[in-house]
Amino acid sequence: MLTLTDVTVRFGDRTAVDGVSLAVAEHETVCVLGPSGSGKSTLLRAIAGLQTTDAGRISLAGRDLAGVPVHRRGVGLMFQDHQLFPQRDVAGNVGFGPRMHGVPREEAAARTAELLGLVGLPGAGRRAVATLSGGEQQRVALARALAPRPELLMLDEPLGQLDRSLRERLVVELRRLFRDLGTTVLAVTHDQGEAFALADRVVVMDAGRIAQTGTPVEVWQRPASAFVARFLGFTNVADATVHGAVADTPWGKVPVPADAAQGGRTVLIRPAGVRLTGVADGLPCHVEGRTFRGDHVLVLLRPDDAPPLEAACPLTEAPEPGTTVGAQFLAEHVSVLGA
Amino acid sequence: MDLARREVTTTQEPPRRDPRESRRRWPLRGSAVRFGLIAVPAAFFAVFFAYPVAAIVARGLKDGGQWRFGRFGEVLGDPGIREVLWFTLWQAAASTALTLLIALPGAYVFARFDFPGKQLLRAVVTVPFVLPTVVVGSAFLALLGRGGLLDEAVGLRLDTTVWAILLAHVFFNYAVVVRTVGGLWAQLDPRQEEAARVLGAGRLAAFRRVTLPALAPAVAAAALMVFLFTFTSFGVIQILGGPYFATLEVEIYRQTADFLDLPAAAVLSLVQFAAVGGVLAVHAATVRRRETALRLVDPERTSRPPRGAGERALLAGVLVVVAILLVLPLAVLVERSFATPEGYGLGFYERLRSADGTFAVPPLEAVANSLSYAAVATAIALVVGGLAAAAVTRRAGRLVRGFDALLMLPLGTSAVTVGFGFVVALDEPPLDLRSAWILVPLAQALVGVPFVVRTMLPVLRAVDDRLREAAAVLGASPWRVWREVDFPLVRRALLVAAGFAFAVSLGEFGATVFIARADNPTLPVAVARLLGRAGEYNYGQAMALSTILMLVCAVALLLLERLRGDGSGEF
Repeated sequence: MLTLTDVTVRFGDRTAVDGVSLAVAEHETVCVLGPSGSGKSTLLRAIAGLQTTDAGRISLAGRDLAGVPVHRRGVGLMFQDHQLFPQRDVAGNVGFGPRMHGVPREEAAARTAELLGLVGLPGAGRRAVATLSGGEQQRVALARALAPRPELLMLDEPLGQLDRSLRERLVVELRRLFRDLGTTVLAVTHDQGEAFALADRVVVMDAGRIAQTGTPVEVWQRPASAFVARFLGFTNVADATVHGAVADTPWGKVPVPADAAQGGRTVLIRPAGVRLTGVADGLPCHVEGRTFRGDHVLVLLRPDDAPPLEAACPLTEAPEPGTTVGAQFLAEHVSVLGA
Repeated sequence: MDLARREVTTTQEPPRRDPRESRRRWPLRGSAVRFGLIAVPAAFFAVFFAYPVAAIVARGLKDGGQWRFGRFGEVLGDPGIREVLWFTLWQAAASTALTLLIALPGAYVFARFDFPGKQLLRAVVTVPFVLPTVVVGSAFLALLGRGGLLDEAVGLRLDTTVWAILLAHVFFNYAVVVRTVGGLWAQLDPRQEEAARVLGAGRLAAFRRVTLPALAPAVAAAALMVFLFTFTSFGVIQILGGPYFATLEVEIYRQTADFLDLPAAAVLSLVQFAAVGGVLAVHAATVRRRETALRLVDPERTSRPPRGAGERALLAGVLVVVAILLVLPLAVLVERSFATPEGYGLGFYERLRSADGTFAVPPLEAVANSLSYAAVATAIALVVGGLAAAAVTRRAGRLVRGFDALLMLPLGTSAVTVGFGFVVALDEPPLDLRSAWILVPLAQALVGVPFVVRTMLPVLRAVDDRLREAAAVLGASPWRVWREVDFPLVRRALLVAAGFAFAVSLGEFGATVFIARADNPTLPVAVARLLGRAGEYNYGQAMALSTILMLVCAVALLLLERLRGDGSGEF
């Protein structure tokens, strides 16, 4: 459906998007994930035609988009802060796209009503956009983007400004909606939870380049690099030398899965792979703090001369801050990256 | 003047964006569109402004195909001229300072307080601004002049002093400050100041650190406007200055019309041109830099009834100033128009219906002339100014910024020069317009365009670019984007611009006096002609005609406020 080949966008001497190649299949939902400034929004703008590219090719449904003006590209874009037209009511916003495409009035009205129903706002057509809550605005923006039946729907931080519980609910709704409509979706977000919940496939971007592509499970289980692992929220990441089933790390010898790649590597120890023991039985660590995470506690450990470690620990067994414990490592929760 | 009053943009923090990014956003297609947008206003200014002014300057400074720049020395060496220059400068500075001093409290009161009759009062203070300078002159003459109200009451005459001029300038420009500064002030979020207070700033410090910097561009813009208007003041001084005081503009008129000394007029025109250009350049350099995205809110949410003795006293003070300075002169003008030698009556008005020695046609016909000229001039100004504003908004580049400043020039250029330039330059085919009626609206539109641009530009600039992008992504062509996004947001500003253009066209005097044909005078020209003749009846008729002109302007203005009120549901 959408194919990007070596797309590059430069702002002066800064390269915002650096030779990105990416394909999105029909009915697929792809999420571009990256920290702010990684070039993901620029990528969307380039596809929409709001940003000229310096090199590379963008084609949609077999059509090369070079030189095609924004309004003829047939893509939908939901803006980060929605950008609803303030002077129009809800129906005026949703019906805007069909109107621009010359859809007859009754048909556009029917389409508007249908979409408002789909996004859970039936009968809201006459409301002024200023009276909408954040979540409602988000729904209207989605309905507006879907109304002209774009071949590709792009979402820029779709849930960025909403509060947590609303976000979690909407992610589920969006996923169902896209599946039901068979929409092809390209979304960008900086929130891994959002990306993993929404996407069939995740693309992690770092400084304008693609750092990793894969299904949410793949990316989560096997981050391609230290950058991806850290971006996903893991802190127990370090350079190591792997010999057989043991890695030599700043935290000492750490067992790794038997099939691990050998030699100089980056090792990730998930918090669940750090088990707390008596001081004498493991790496001695000072307990610096604890964070409750619902079903477990994340314990921040500081070994004597190694980087800090995070350990996941059952609620009842969490040590007090200020005490000293030992840390042992479990091979099944350790990954050797980049292999 | 007045920015669109309700929430035009809830200026959310603009996205962090590389400035270089925007420049390349609209590739080739964009530059073609921009060129198209600029072409019409540029051609208009070239033909109807640059060419006539250049022609008049050339006629004055060229002798047998040779430029005579020595005339600069001759003219500027004349002590009389030097006195004119000095007077022009200091009276403009004094008028500006006095206007700010008197009008800034008014701006505050209008922005932050709710009180009964506020809407009406806002219209009332705007009336003087749209009044023709000639009417302002007559009103102050009726108040301060020989046989005027003060003369009768306490034997005080100010028409031979500079005070009459300064007060008339304050009268005229009060609304500029109230609307420009007050309009922005009303939209500043009071929570910003509250945030500063919470952070430990005192009342005064919060005002000085938060509100004042936000207001500064508006204050500077208002001051610049007032300075420009008073620097080039013509009608007011022509009537109140008598033989004692002359601004550059008046002197240019005298040299041109009375002494037929074109070289002197040309030199003075150039001097005025340079001075105005300098002021505009300073303005562009200082204000533009500070034009930042402010968080604007609905003014209805920022105003409240005055609380406490201090605030009530401030409100009362402003009301008293408005009553004495703005309402009284107009009231006296109306009173004089009825005070015939035979007692109060309609005698002066009845005389307006018949032609006598002064006019080939009944003076009342000037009303119809003025209205149709002003309507055409408004249409021209809206098209030219609207296109120019749209072109300037699209992208900021050095060229475009220069164009922006250029658009202001007609405000500061001697209207007399333009008018005479029209007569001199547009008299040959293919542009032989000497006897064409369109000449008058064209000259008037020239003065209207800067108002249209100034009114439209802030609003157009405030339209979030991403709204336009959203529309484009949804399938709107560039033209549809303008039609669907920009236009609805600026429609109110467009109406305001139309109103101002109409009013200044109606009151335009300096250029019209040269080009309006004797049998087709406009209202201000007719008033000036009547005032120029001796006799109680001529004076009375001038007052009557001024009253009519004032009413026409006031009605236009009230209609405008009405239209704006009706549109509020849309925004």
